[in-house]
Amino acid sequence: MRRLDLEAALLAGAIALLGAGAQAEERYGIGRPATPAEIAGWNIDIGRDGANLPAGSGSVVRGRIVFAEQCAACHGDKGQGGVGDRLVGGQGTLASPKPIRTVGSYWPYAPTLFDYIRRAMPQNAPQSLSDDDVYAVSAYVLSLNGVVPDNAVLDAKSLAAIRMPNRDGFVSDPRPDVHNH
Amino acid sequence: MSEQTDRRVREASRRHFLQAGAALAGGSAVAGLGSSRALAESGNNLPPNVPEWMKAPGDPMGSQPYGTPSVHEKGVVKNISKTLQQYISASGRTPLQDLDGIITPNGLFYERHHGGVPTIDPAEHRLMLHGMVDRPLLFTMEDIRRFPSQSRIHFIECSGNPVYTKPYGKTASDLVGLVSCAEWTGVPLKTVLDEAGLQAGAKWIVAEGADAAALTRSIPIEKCLDDAMLVYSQNGERLRPQQGYPLRLLLPGFEGNMNVKWLRRLKVVAEPAYSREETSKYTDPMPDGTAREFTFYMEAKSIITRPSGGQRLSARGFCEITGLAWSGHGKIKRVEVSVDDGKSWQDAELQEPVLTRALTRFRLPWRWDGSPAVIQSRATDETGYVQPTLAELVAVRGLNSFYHNNAIWPWRIDANGEVSNAQA
Repeated sequence: MRRLDLEAALLAGAIALLGAGAQAEERYGIGRPATPAEIAGWNIDIGRDGANLPAGSGSVVRGRIVFAEQCAACHGDKGQGGVGDRLVGGQGTLASPKPIRTVGSYWPYAPTLFDYIRRAMPQNAPQSLSDDDVYAVSAYVLSLNGVVPDNAVLDAKSLAAIRMPNRDGFVSDPRPDVHNH
Repeated sequence: MSEQTDRRVREASRRHFLQAGAALAGGSAVAGLGSSRALAESGNNLPPNVPEWMKAPGDPMGSQPYGTPSVHEKGVVKNISKTLQQYISASGRTPLQDLDGIITPNGLFYERHHGGVPTIDPAEHRLMLHGMVDRPLLFTMEDIRRFPSQSRIHFIECSGNPVYTKPYGKTASDLVGLVSCAEWTGVPLKTVLDEAGLQAGAKWIVAEGADAAALTRSIPIEKCLDDAMLVYSQNGERLRPQQGYPLRLLLPGFEGNMNVKWLRRLKVVAEPAYSREETSKYTDPMPDGTAREFTFYMEAKSIITRPSGGQRLSARGFCEITGLAWSGHGKIKRVEVSVDDGKSWQDAELQEPVLTRALTRFRLPWRWDGSPAVIQSRATDETGYVQPTLAELVAVRGLNSFYHNNAIWPWRIDANGEVSNAQA
């Protein structure tokens, strides 16, 4: 009996292995491998910790020039807003009846500012700025908010080291939050 | 076709075009009344006369290779504000009060885009699946359509539908026109993920669009393995460009923004991207200065679409009350309607099929006695959740919030039959 059990267990194990093999075989085989070069070209998202930030750097001084050329028409020359969002100010207003949400008052992580500017800005020509200029514009917007000094030069390491004012301002979803029944 | 037939077709089409133009011109002359009404008032087409459209052949086959609505329905179009600051990142609403049933025609499906509507050649569109997978893969559209397919009916709703503060909209579309419902066809996302092989520790998938916003949202892996779909068709035809042609993500019950259109990339990761669209936007500011993040589900909601704001009851007597209810958490279990400003409620009839995470049509037979009334609907979903009043929502969330307002919305009917927003 004991030996039979062992044999049965071995058999079951063999079938399980076969099953796993068969399962792997059941893939549809649709699509082709994405090459490292293809992935590198499209893999543009930046982690909140700065993961995947590219090489390069940019200064507040350079950022002021790029901002005037590329951003000010929509966001205002000092980031005060216009057709585009207001980018500056509002710190200390989030708990008031008139909260002002900007990069300085609301945006939780500096590296994702780089991510957004690079992928989507300027609106009429996204992904047209060099990485250096994206660092520069990020630095300028952060300087307008008093997050970095006017002489700052930002790169992957220094951008990731910034602690944004509203970093801890977010909470998880508690809904359903209305208990009416 | 012979040359003669060809010529007849062309002539008939031209004749129809001229007639339609004349009818429209007539319609606009009577300030807001439909053109069919204008024709009818002339009496020439009414009994005992023989209508003009019976005295000559109609449009020949082929005069409209892709059918469009009657010229007399020209006013039923997307509701797009004429005073937006810009139209590249903007939205257009479904005219809910002009539609019947639960399926939104593709041309009237609400739109929201953040970098305009791209014109994508499907032959040059690719979906890249990479990150924490055993086999990073690249798919053509032909590849995607080779997978086993599935069709399901679901709504998609923008999370800002409507805002919490005045001015509130005048019509049902102004208020909650950023919701639409369609039959979607595509492949379960899980099928495609299995093809690549998820690695241990995979918790989120970052989805990215191939538009000028390269719009990016993070989706919890549980949703990706549950009912998420990669969609290429809508109501039987390929997606419209405004809906993500040639490929979009569908996350039934989750806020519209996450249903990434023009989908080009899925990156399997351990933690969310904290992208602009899930931090700076699409978060819910609370009165204490904190903000809720990753507020995915659209909670139960309903709206009476007829009679509704901007309409006018033409006569006392029978008046069917009808509207739409939906919940991101599943099926609608019950819709109640009040015709006495919320003092009493009665159950509305739900039109079958009642589908999970789909619009559900409700109806209540009613007799209007000609006196002023306030009518409203209240939805309950299968989890037992009951749609709140605006006051109940504001008591918890304050007025700094922008998204996820699912409040009951009352309409006021005046003695002259005019219907308006009772909260305005």
